Amino acid sequence: MLLIECPYCGVERPELEFRCGGEAHIARPEDPSGKTDEEWAEFLYMRTNTKGVYAERWRHIHGCGRFFNAVRDTVSDKFLKIYKAGEPMPDLASLAKEAGK
Amino acid sequence: MSQPYRTEKGGQIDRDRKISFTFDGERMEGYECDTLASALLANGVHLVGRSFKYHRPRGILTAGSEEPNALVGIYRKGDQTPNLRATQVELYDGLEAISQNRFPSLSFDIGAVNDLLSPLFPSGFYYKTFMWPKAFWDRVYEPVIRAAAGLGKPPKNPDHDRYANLYAHCDVLVIGAGPAGLAAALAASETGARVILCDEQASLGGSLLSETTATIDGKQPADWAEDTVADLAARDNVTLLPRTTAFGYYAQNFVALAERVTDHMADPDPALPRERLWQVRAKEVVIAAGSIERPMVFPENDRPGILMAGAARTYLNRYGVKAGQKVLVATACDTAWQAAFDLADNGVEIAAIADTRKIVPEALMTIAEARNIKVRTGCVVTATQGRKRVSGALLGHVSSTGAVSSAGDVACDALLMSGGWTPTVSLYSQSRGKVVWDEASGNFLPGAHPQNERSAGACRGLYGLNAVLEDGYAAGEDAAKSATGKSAKCTYAVATGAHAGEGGTLGDLPNDRDASRVKAFVDYQNDVTAKDVKLAVREGMHSIEHIKRYTTTGMATDQGRLSNMNALAIASTALDKPLPQVGLTTFRQPFTPTSFGTFATSSRGDFFDPVRKTPSHQWAVDNDVVFEDVGQWKRSRYFPKDGEDMHGAVARECQVVREKVGLFDGSTLGKIEVVGPDAAEFLERMYTNPWKGLKPGRCRYGLMLNDAGFIIDDGVIGRIAEDRFHVTTTTGGAAHVFATMEDYLQTEWPDLDVWVTSTTEQYAVIALQGPLARDAIAPFISGIDLSPDAFPHMSVATGTFSGVPCRLFRISFTGEIGFEINVPRRHGTMVWDTMAAEIEKLGGVVYGTETMHVLRAEKGYIIVGQETDGTVTPDDVGMSWAIGKKKKDFVGKRGLARPDLIAEGRKQLVGLLTKDPRIVLEEGAQVTKVPDPAKGTSAEGHVTSAYHSPAAGRSIALAMVKDGRALHGKTLYIPMPGGAIEVEVTEPVFVDKEGGRLNG
Amino acid sequence: MANPLYQPDAAEEPVLSLPAISMLKAAPLGRFSFRGRKAAQDAAAKALGFDLPQQPLTAAESSGKAALWLGPDEWLLLAPEDDTEALQAAMTQAIGDAPHALVDISHRQEALIVTGDKAEWLLNSGIPIDLDVSAFPVGMVTRTLFHKAPVMLWRIGDDSFVVEAWGSFMDYVAGLLAEPATELQAA
Ligand SMILES: [Zn+2]
Repeated sequence: MLLIECPYCGVERPELEFRCGGEAHIARPEDPSGKTDEEWAEFLYMRTNTKGVYAERWRHIHGCGRFFNAVRDTVSDKFLKIYKAGEPMPDLASLAKEAGK
Repeated sequence: MSQPYRTEKGGQIDRDRKISFTFDGERMEGYECDTLASALLANGVHLVGRSFKYHRPRGILTAGSEEPNALVGIYRKGDQTPNLRATQVELYDGLEAISQNRFPSLSFDIGAVNDLLSPLFPSGFYYKTFMWPKAFWDRVYEPVIRAAAGLGKPPKNPDHDRYANLYAHCDVLVIGAGPAGLAAALAASETGARVILCDEQASLGGSLLSETTATIDGKQPADWAEDTVADLAARDNVTLLPRTTAFGYYAQNFVALAERVTDHMADPDPALPRERLWQVRAKEVVIAAGSIERPMVFPENDRPGILMAGAARTYLNRYGVKAGQKVLVATACDTAWQAAFDLADNGVEIAAIADTRKIVPEALMTIAEARNIKVRTGCVVTATQGRKRVSGALLGHVSSTGAVSSAGDVACDALLMSGGWTPTVSLYSQSRGKVVWDEASGNFLPGAHPQNERSAGACRGLYGLNAVLEDGYAAGEDAAKSATGKSAKCTYAVATGAHAGEGGTLGDLPNDRDASRVKAFVDYQNDVTAKDVKLAVREGMHSIEHIKRYTTTGMATDQGRLSNMNALAIASTALDKPLPQVGLTTFRQPFTPTSFGTFATSSRGDFFDPVRKTPSHQWAVDNDVVFEDVGQWKRSRYFPKDGEDMHGAVARECQVVREKVGLFDGSTLGKIEVVGPDAAEFLERMYTNPWKGLKPGRCRYGLMLNDAGFIIDDGVIGRIAEDRFHVTTTTGGAAHVFATMEDYLQTEWPDLDVWVTSTTEQYAVIALQGPLARDAIAPFISGIDLSPDAFPHMSVATGTFSGVPCRLFRISFTGEIGFEINVPRRHGTMVWDTMAAEIEKLGGVVYGTETMHVLRAEKGYIIVGQETDGTVTPDDVGMSWAIGKKKKDFVGKRGLARPDLIAEGRKQLVGLLTKDPRIVLEEGAQVTKVPDPAKGTSAEGHVTSAYHSPAAGRSIALAMVKDGRALHGKTLYIPMPGGAIEVEVTEPVFVDKEGGRLNG
Repeated sequence: MANPLYQPDAAEEPVLSLPAISMLKAAPLGRFSFRGRKAAQDAAAKALGFDLPQQPLTAAESSGKAALWLGPDEWLLLAPEDDTEALQAAMTQAIGDAPHALVDISHRQEALIVTGDKAEWLLNSGIPIDLDVSAFPVGMVTRTLFHKAPVMLWRIGDDSFVVEAWGSFMDYVAGLLAEPATELQAA
């Protein structure tokens, strides 16, 4: 069971209290009706699904209830960075480098 | 004579407390602090089981949890626990143990014929033999194999024991309480760090408990261990866990321990749990798991009476038990010599020490000479004799070319062997650590540490008592410093004696026998021989993972702790590849077999999952309800009267609702309070319908889609005030809808001034449906004008019910006049009881979910999750009317315009009427165009709901059928095993098609 | 140490009454979920008579009322049952048009008062977080899980906790807390 730090509660809590919400930084388009079928399919279904350093949405559902984002190495399961919703995506390449990937 | 193999004195058993036990019905005696294995050996019993494949007689091989042979069943309270290792079963008065895998008895076993037929059972036997014909697998091969194979019998009755769970946190977890572990715990706890020390054995001390030739701070090692344990126990910051196996090492220092709380007790207090699962999160971990001795791979190395030299030494020094009266010691390393010396000093005749090495340390030779022990160097065992117990062995000289020549025979009643020591790296490996090959010691040792972990002592290849102690102290200090930032200097105890030994061998030993006729076992439990491993290589298995699966070596309950290194070495030679390049198979959790009870803990029976009850629960129980599980909820399904079956009860309930009035508990409906200036705007985005125009005091049916355009939930939403909505969801969708709303609010539209709060359990919901519904509630409602004009269908108002505040909804899920009384939850039972009494006066009925389903189906109202399956659009179910056409956007709007969602040929909601009105279709049944479609024809659709409808006086069904709305009046078929059923397609409304009954 | 807001429900039998642990059902009390932005938070402080705690996982109490931090814009407000309406009125008046949500959830939850030397141990039979007083000091409050039930946990004393769960989960929570306590009665 992973230990995850919630950036709102400021504490590490067991994975049981969290839900993973899939890839982060996929914003719902401002004007969906202006999107082509291909663009909409891309938004709905296509994910990077990286083997390695990956930015994900997590929700502290059984804690403060907040969504936040986390960069996790999907191979080692290590969290490399945790940040609040709305903050920009960190540079994944440099995080990967720091982690020795 | 009782306990003929017991020494005169010595050991840590309590000789004043005799214990009586039985093995296969035979009564024997042992002492307090014995294990079943030590007590059996004290009684001269080596033969304790039959092997898995060949049913060969097998004896006790080890003194630890790696024991492959001595698996027994233990009877307690009329049921048995199979496959316990006798080496770990603590003796208690009245213990009843039985041997396994034998028929009809241990000493005469029919299955032993397999041994004679063994040429028929080569490696890959199962793969080769049972390949063809395929159909034979289910009916012939598998049942026969299952009957013949398997060790032990599973218990037949439900487990009457209790199991407990505990989440624990500590700064330092120390695994293993031998010299390194005790020292680590001392050093770590010195800083005030929270320390947990666990060990799989009953007594903490590990190898110290059987070491007699050394001193620590001038004390006997066992005494030092006892004093140290007492010291640790007195420290508030230390938790000592004997009988506790660390069986799983997971991510971020999450370690699972299994504590055996009562198995060692003769008559455990039923208040105690049998086992406790410790889910430990440690800041730092010290693994001090020690090492285990390797068997030597020589022909017939599996007879009862052949055991590990270290184990024999443990039985002697810790339990006061002699492995035999005349003992042959076969070894490749120094440590076995000490076992010989200790036994000799206790009056046991040492037949010889046969060492594979040509040159052995002079010091050992001198001690052996002083005891008149015959030493044979450069010598291997080439054969052993004795069926149920070893009676002798043939020795062979190994020449410099490797040729073996006979060196005579030796009579003995026990044969001790030692091929050297293998560090226990299982838990390190589970922590995702990668072992590295150490050429000097011929072992795999821990490499880098991917987690906050360090290994100490023998498990990292370090031997010699003082060095191991020092390593333990250092590891404890380091772990505590990393965990707490604090360091404290701990005085190291100093050991003399018990120096590190030398030597060791890997793989099979040479012999002068016909290679095709000898069995030299590598994996005892799975009956894998050196020959099997070589055959696997010859047959093309070049990866150790393939060899493992082909031969099953290393797949025993010890996960290959005993066998892996020998198997690897044999494979390495056969492949002509250096051993480290052959690789090591993965160690997985659990370290030793762990009971299902330990994993389940207290989550069983009523506590397996929360059982959520509604305010009418007790009334329903008192009125003979039949419940239905809806998720975690217990919902009333129907209320049979006077021996009615479900059909009869539902028919009666339906009829009374339509004629008079029915009472229904709707409390499980999800409820969400949506509040804030942007509440209407938010709902506009979340639901297909428009909300801004809805006046306070009015309700509307809402349909929720996902962004793909598919229906995910529905419910009635009432506007309580300009900035406040009372949203209802389906029972099953409550949590998901709430989470989805939070998701959009937090991550897509954080600028909206609106908040959502779950009120599912703030309100009890008591529904009244039927022509007399108003009459039923009118006497109790104040503050609301209930007249049809003032409070029409789809209204909501606040008032009181018998003085209790209530939100009253006028809504219907039956097509009749309907009200839903929402009151604060703790008043729900009062409202229910009041209404139950009132409707009885009116000739009404209490109804359950089954009747609710029929009544709504008669009206063609869908249930999300029954008519829909995550691929259904509003138009598919005839609900285009629920879409706010003028809205620029809502969740799902763009999805609805996708080509596949607007294409022809989508399945649409229709009604189906069977030609024979008595036939009720099966939900889920396929719908076809012709009665007997050709194989491979795809169905036109499927039945989603089917009931007998009292109001229609016949069966009715709802179905999703391709282009269904264009097929009204047409005939389709439902192919069933008894023949196709003819149905007519209709619109999906069967009662009151104009909808007039709602309004009144 | 007790908390004045959580009084044992006189109508209920103790769930557990052992030397090392007592577990009592708490009497009903007024509860509100309060959500809102800064302006509403400041206004709420006026109605409450004290500031909403901004430090995560903490609570503020005064004059018989309490505000518990549950999330960065979410508080649980507690008041004696008889003061529920008064608090709602005061809050509504003080906050006015400042965007917020105040929702009465008095009946949604029920509370257990768990007290005794073995309280931490017993709660850790199903709560996965570290309850040592160094990690979970007096006054700390959090939502978490007890086995499969979502709960709120508030430490109101060295060896005293309040466990709140939604009404329909309470049988499960109380039952699964009482079950492991059985072993404390072993001879
Ligand atoms: Zn949080």
